[in-house]
Amino acid sequence: MPTRKPSDVIVVGAGVVGAACAYYAALAGLSVTVVDRGPVAGGTTGAGEGNLLVSDKEPGPELELALLATTLWRELADLLPPQVEYEAKGGLVVASGESGMRALREFAARQEKAGVTAQEVPGDRLHDLEPHLAPGLAGGFLYPQDAQVMPAHAAARLLRAGGDRIRLHLGEEVTALLTGPGGEIRGVRTTAGDLHAPHVVNAAGTWGGTLAELAGVHLPVLPRRGFVLVTEPLPRVVRHKVYAADYVADVASGSAALQTSAVVEGTPAGPVLIGASRERVGFDRTLSTEVLRRLAAGATALFPVLGTVRAIRTYLGFRPYLPDHLPAIGPDPRAPGLLHACGHEGAGIGLAPVTGLVVAACLTGAEPPLDIHPFRPDRFPAPESTPAP
Amino acid sequence: MARTPADLVGARPDPPFEITFDGRRVTALPGQTVAAALWGAGILAWRTTRDGGRPRGAFCGIGQCYDCLATVNGEPNRRACLVPARPGDAITTQEGHGHDHLAV
Repeated sequence: MPTRKPSDVIVVGAGVVGAACAYYAALAGLSVTVVDRGPVAGGTTGAGEGNLLVSDKEPGPELELALLATTLWRELADLLPPQVEYEAKGGLVVASGESGMRALREFAARQEKAGVTAQEVPGDRLHDLEPHLAPGLAGGFLYPQDAQVMPAHAAARLLRAGGDRIRLHLGEEVTALLTGPGGEIRGVRTTAGDLHAPHVVNAAGTWGGTLAELAGVHLPVLPRRGFVLVTEPLPRVVRHKVYAADYVADVASGSAALQTSAVVEGTPAGPVLIGASRERVGFDRTLSTEVLRRLAAGATALFPVLGTVRAIRTYLGFRPYLPDHLPAIGPDPRAPGLLHACGHEGAGIGLAPVTGLVVAACLTGAEPPLDIHPFRPDRFPAPESTPAP
Repeated sequence: MARTPADLVGARPDPPFEITFDGRRVTALPGQTVAAALWGAGILAWRTTRDGGRPRGAFCGIGQCYDCLATVNGEPNRRACLVPARPGDAITTQEGHGHDHLAV
């Protein structure tokens, strides 16, 4: 039976971000209760590819997070068991024509000033890196800092690495936040009873906006749906994370319409994962054959060999999207005791450790490892119908 | 001589034909699946696992478990328990996923 005695902090959400918050808080000496209405990695964490990317990020606050996260993941890879399947495989962004190559060159030059390593690969050298790539591509850029993990295992192993200081309450949905006379957070009410702590971390991912609402604060997290197509198990046919140059534009776009760009990567277990689609259709879980057709077409255009193997399944997830594409990380001045760690869109696996480190610093009164002002959770004006707090 | 399912039901199948398993000749009856023909010849394993190279053959026999995957006429991952044997079929032991030649 999980104990219901008070802890120093309650983390709502057992995805990879919640797990990282719990892990770093436990490391800082705090006792942590993690609550999730489902299992570990039951939401967006279990529906991703496990990308740890710097290559797709423009210079700015998110890239700073990603660069620090890259270092933290390397440390975690030494500490966590091999099941997390950390692979420092590097990313390879390819362009089909010269104009695409010029755009990549300009993008990479700006990234390099911000601390990213990017190496130009001429078209005739692409096959040294990826022998199965389609012929005739103009060239690409290699990003050695890009890596990959198996996200569900990463979340589970982070929680376990926190040891006795982390208590898990799975299958318990948070129905209310408990507050004291001054409006300060005192804990959460769940479907199984009350849990007490002076701090609550909102790591509810795509459902973080709903949790914020329970606390009476506005945080407009929206779902951005994505499908992944999975091939039968194969030997290593794709060495890096390989994607087409237009992926970067799709990631940064705010459009609700369907966008697909080819993203292809192998996994230690054998299947090749094929993405990526983005569309804002709410929490609709209907299978879209049009999306799958486009994913398959994009992947086989990049890697014709994939046209000779079977796709055996597909899965979908909902990226937690905030209007300015930045996560919400840190204390919420509108609700003392409440901290947010959500809204990472498609970068949550990669940004989980740095998010956890920031949250742990906020909880213990330490200096965060970077400027968290761009991620302040109260930066979105409340809609007209809701009176501002 | 042991009674076979064909004896039990009084079947009078058309004449047998030959297939091969890793080059060895195997007799099959019309209507038999590849797995049935291999079993009839005392062959129980025609694939090795990806991890550890352990032997695998027919398990469920009804197309559900995917344990009986074999390479049939060069095409990997065929379910031997469902694929009907045809005269001259070349069955080969499948190593793991059957796609070793694609490795880079």
